[in-house]
Amino acid sequence: MAGIIGKKIGMSSFFDQDGKSIPCTMIEAGPCIVTQIKNIEKDGYSAIQLGFEDKNLKKLKKSEIGHVKNASCQPLKTYSEFKNNYTRTNDEGTSEQFEPNVGDIVGVDMFNEGEFVDVTSTSKGKGFQGVVKRHGFAGVGDATHGQHNRMRAPGSIGAASYPARVFKGMRMAGRMGGEKVKIKNLKVLKILKEKNVIILKGAVPGHNNTYVNITN
Amino acid sequence: MDSKIAEIEKSLIILKEHPNFKSGDTITVFYKIKEGEKERIQFFKGDVIQRKGSGLTETFTIRKMSNGVGVERVFPVNSPTIEKIEVNKLGRVRRARIFYMRQRTGKSARIKQKRN
Repeated sequence: MAGIIGKKIGMSSFFDQDGKSIPCTMIEAGPCIVTQIKNIEKDGYSAIQLGFEDKNLKKLKKSEIGHVKNASCQPLKTYSEFKNNYTRTNDEGTSEQFEPNVGDIVGVDMFNEGEFVDVTSTSKGKGFQGVVKRHGFAGVGDATHGQHNRMRAPGSIGAASYPARVFKGMRMAGRMGGEKVKIKNLKVLKILKEKNVIILKGAVPGHNNTYVNITN
Repeated sequence: MDSKIAEIEKSLIILKEHPNFKSGDTITVFYKIKEGEKERIQFFKGDVIQRKGSGLTETFTIRKMSNGVGVERVFPVNSPTIEKIEVNKLGRVRRARIFYMRQRTGKSARIKQKRN
């Protein structure tokens, strides 16, 4: 469950060895700086905190400067915690286990091409949506046979005088999207180390420029 | 943002240099197909009815009549399977996407040729 923070660049296509065009998402991932190491004695759990992207120096609060004092780096735009289980590619090109310390840099080389990763990010906000879009209700199939304007209506939401109430969790219309979504098992198609770019097969939740957490 | 994608795409693949063609032109696409272990080259000749997208994702659609049945194929411009593209005829059309060709057969399905 080691991971890295990235920024979604956008989607494109990728041609594999057979010449097939595969839809892919490009993510600018890392380099992330280890800003804090949490341990069981002090924090009750074990994790490492990574930060990504330098923040505009004009927009700083004093607490932000203090937070990165030990890492001796510029304050960063976003922080995230991951479990401590990291590998990196050493100079000989093989991957090795490593224990990050505060101030260390974690890059895309922690992943390998062909590996499967999970991506967590905030999905695009869809606003107030009806049950057909939000919960996949079928709607009313017919436009005729007495239907006036009920084509996307939810229908009945419960029985009559017993139970005389609507059950909790009844799926209804409401706000959709803009929530944390995890997509599992996306294949790593390509890693461009010098550009800090990772290319994944398929789509990733959220709009372009959104922050994503990539974990293995 | 788009320029960032273009930059990455450039490093992924060398964009192919094909002759210029647009909708209305008649072209022949030579592409590789794999049959088990063997690889051979097949061609598809027809009218270009649209070009779509940009960069690595750019595609074009060509349409031909095969035994009286219309057949359309979409190719990515930068697909590594495309061996070469030959431009046979330059057509003169007023639209960038000539989907009206789908409704036409026989005499009305002809495309005016460009003269130069």
